Amino acid sequence: MSATGTDVHHVEVRRGRYVDSVSLMQVSATVAGTPGVHKAQVAMATELNLDVLSGMGFDIPADAGPNDMVVAVSAESDEAVAAALAVMEDAVASIGRGGGSGDTFGGEPTPRTTRWAVERSGAPLAVVSVPGEHAFAEAMGALDAGSSVLVFSDNVPVEHEVLLKRTAADRGLLVMGPDCGTAIVGGVGLGFANVVRQGPVGVAAASGTGAQQFTSLLHTAGVGVSHCLGLGGRDLSEAVGGLSARAALAALDADPATEVIVVVSKPPHPAVAADLQEYAATLATPVHLVLLGAGQPTITAGVEKVLVELGVDRPDWPTWGVPAEAPRVDGALRGLFAGGTLCDESMLIAAETLGDIRSNIPLRPDLALPAGLEHDGHLMIDFGDDTLTQGRPHPMIDPGLRLARLEKEAADPATGVVLLDVVLGHGAHADPAGDLAPAVAAARRTAADAGRELAVVISLCGTDADPQGLEAQAAALAAAGASVFSSNAAATRYAVALVSGGQR
Amino acid sequence: MNTLDLLDGTPSVVGTGVALFSDALRAQGVDVTDVDWTPPPAGTSAALARVLADARRVEANKLAAERMLAAGAELVDVRLASEALDLQPGHFLHAGPPITWERASGPLRGALIGAVLFEGLASGPEEAERKLAAGTFTWEPCHHRGAVGPMAGVVSPSMWVFELTDPSSGRTSWCSLNEGLGKVLRYGAYSEEVVTRLRWMSEVLGPALQSGVRRARDRGAELDMLAIVAQMVQMGDEGHNRNRAGTLMFMRDLLPDILEAGVDPLRLAEVVRFIGGNDHFALNLVMPTCKLITSAAADIPGSTVVTVMARNGTDFGIQVSGTGQQWFTGPAQTPSGMFLGDFGPDDANPDIGDSAITETAGIGGFAMAAAPAIVRFIGGEVGDALTATRLMYQITTTENQRLGVPILDFRGTPTGIDVTKVLGSGVLPQINTGMAGRVAGVGQVGAGLVTPPMECFEGAIQALAAAAPTLG
Repeated sequence: MSATGTDVHHVEVRRGRYVDSVSLMQVSATVAGTPGVHKAQVAMATELNLDVLSGMGFDIPADAGPNDMVVAVSAESDEAVAAALAVMEDAVASIGRGGGSGDTFGGEPTPRTTRWAVERSGAPLAVVSVPGEHAFAEAMGALDAGSSVLVFSDNVPVEHEVLLKRTAADRGLLVMGPDCGTAIVGGVGLGFANVVRQGPVGVAAASGTGAQQFTSLLHTAGVGVSHCLGLGGRDLSEAVGGLSARAALAALDADPATEVIVVVSKPPHPAVAADLQEYAATLATPVHLVLLGAGQPTITAGVEKVLVELGVDRPDWPTWGVPAEAPRVDGALRGLFAGGTLCDESMLIAAETLGDIRSNIPLRPDLALPAGLEHDGHLMIDFGDDTLTQGRPHPMIDPGLRLARLEKEAADPATGVVLLDVVLGHGAHADPAGDLAPAVAAARRTAADAGRELAVVISLCGTDADPQGLEAQAAALAAAGASVFSSNAAATRYAVALVSGGQR
Repeated sequence: MNTLDLLDGTPSVVGTGVALFSDALRAQGVDVTDVDWTPPPAGTSAALARVLADARRVEANKLAAERMLAAGAELVDVRLASEALDLQPGHFLHAGPPITWERASGPLRGALIGAVLFEGLASGPEEAERKLAAGTFTWEPCHHRGAVGPMAGVVSPSMWVFELTDPSSGRTSWCSLNEGLGKVLRYGAYSEEVVTRLRWMSEVLGPALQSGVRRARDRGAELDMLAIVAQMVQMGDEGHNRNRAGTLMFMRDLLPDILEAGVDPLRLAEVVRFIGGNDHFALNLVMPTCKLITSAAADIPGSTVVTVMARNGTDFGIQVSGTGQQWFTGPAQTPSGMFLGDFGPDDANPDIGDSAITETAGIGGFAMAAAPAIVRFIGGEVGDALTATRLMYQITTTENQRLGVPILDFRGTPTGIDVTKVLGSGVLPQINTGMAGRVAGVGQVGAGLVTPPMECFEGAIQALAAAAPTLG
């Protein structure tokens, strides 16, 4: 090493060390960037480079030739030179290593579209949960690549839904959704799904919580499910015409594991329901339609009918914490739901006895609640409705809005009975009772402090295999003073009876 | 695959959107492939849906792919542009979409000035510039005549052009002869040295090549350029920034015919020395080969396949099969890469040239995996080159088995850019390119990577949507 002025110059020649010039340009730049280094050049000793090096003020040994690598560093101290050489060694060594990425030959880039991911993986199903305006492109991509698709997204235009379902029908594929939150395929729960045993019943459901109630009760009766295929809430509307229902029925009919097929739906369009019934009659597998509507059987009744067909005894649907003697309550029925179909079913049952039920998803347009969702009489609110979930998670995940409303009902002297649903299973809150039980206890205390009796009735949709633990959840809710039912229909009838008792 | 497959056994699932769903599935032991999804550009989702809903799309794109893969390219002649392209005096062709003098970039202006001087239509650069600005001359895109030109792409009547024909369709394409690197017309240089070289090319190079090419043609041995491109891809060329193997093969194949044609040995030596000293000579043969491939896919109603990507130094323009010759443009981007000598990013002009026809046909940046020798020139590692090519499969319709990439187990190059896939994935086509100096007369300043602006694809999807039948 030699010093000129205050700088330390270091020049060395590595004999017979060849590195290409482009790589050495990168190495030089890296070394020049080392702290304390003023100038650095690492280059093959070609005539051109020797000129460059002497122009930079370095003295190069006369015998350096084009097959030798020259390392020339000018730095503020010996330490800085040593650091620069260490950096140089690393940089030169890394040339052969592909930059230290650990994957010299580049991995497969992550898929950027559903279509590509299906093409690469060969998966038979894609789950699309992008914002509604973009769902069509991704779902169509899945169909183009040859897979069926579950569209969780809502706010998908109905003409897009029809087109997706027609395209799927042409290609022998299935579109579940849009706005499909529940499916069980080959024992795997997709979205919100209860853990149920495998068995002979195939379900096609245009209703998320309807499917969950149906499959949970079957499980409770000891009967398993082959598959539960979601259809999307609009599938049995006039516009969509049951396109996915037919595709699902055809698939379940061809599935050797399925011995009985059940269609669960919110109130369908009558002509579509009639067509579907006609189509179902052509299949080899018996089909039961559980279509909610005024005067129609409940979901629980639908389950019981299937049990009869399978020769299975109807169990006593479990309840927890129901007092031997019904309390005397005075006031209206207030239903606070997370599940839209459970809310529908409860309104249909309650209306038979109580007459008009106001709601944000009313049975008739004239029963719609005003914007503030307030009314003196009986009302039922679906907190899972699109208008209440914008910008916030579904109430099956985030109980906030519902708990606030429960507190409000407790303080309202017009409230006699609060009816709530609690849904367990995949996708749902990890411990719904953890939040709800204390709120139920507090609500009952609030009413008691005001000299009123507030009855809380809970429809608990779940199975003993659900991750939340059915018995523990039920016990916690019962301990807080709620009457808990596994059948939503039974819970509703009990609540209606309490209210009616009060009115009498 | 059909619905029954879905019900048969534990499914594997693709997840697009909320990560919670994929997590829940993994917890149940399901094999999940996650999509790295980003929304398409604002304002395009309705048009994208409309185009994806077009019942003609799938078959139209299949047809476009079949035609691209069936296209061939044979070198059938070398002749004057005035004859081949019916180019009249005072009329010029240029790269990219149409452009006025006012909006033209430095290198395009420089090349037009040089072409005016070469044609003897002005006594000096000032007069040439004045006349160009005054509207004395006319110009239009090479693509409007089925031709292509690298960088500024300026073709004047007295220049010589390669003429290539697709035997499957009879379609023809043309490209000028490559001048070499550094201070050359196509990079906007117009000094005496540049014009002198152009004169030599017209007097010596063009006629010599013509005699050899015609002799080969007359004995029924037309040079199969597609076969050369296929070999290039196996020999480390990607056909855009590296054409070294292609240039050597071209010389090897043509030389016997030029010799037999009786070209003067001293002139022949000049020709061979010139071609041998220019590793990019074959680019001007690869480009019309690619133009024949992409033209084969043009004008199919409902097809969303890109048939042209071209830049004039100001605008980047694309054409799409389903919308014919309509240009969709956006501002040309400045490439990033490595610079010659003292030049830096401030010296570079925005992207210019018809050479992105190579990427449009599935090579160039799309075949980056085939050219590991030049990955450092574009600032990457060998692995990056493989990843780059693999990513392009996500935005293309087919794979060209005739152009197999050895390091990808001879997988065919990703071919046929699909507008809907570009918008759906947010992945833009990768283009390898040279960089011209911003100022007229400077010439080449570097080489690197560039992408088209997303605006081109946004414009295209709106036009495709407008041309699609109504839903239902």
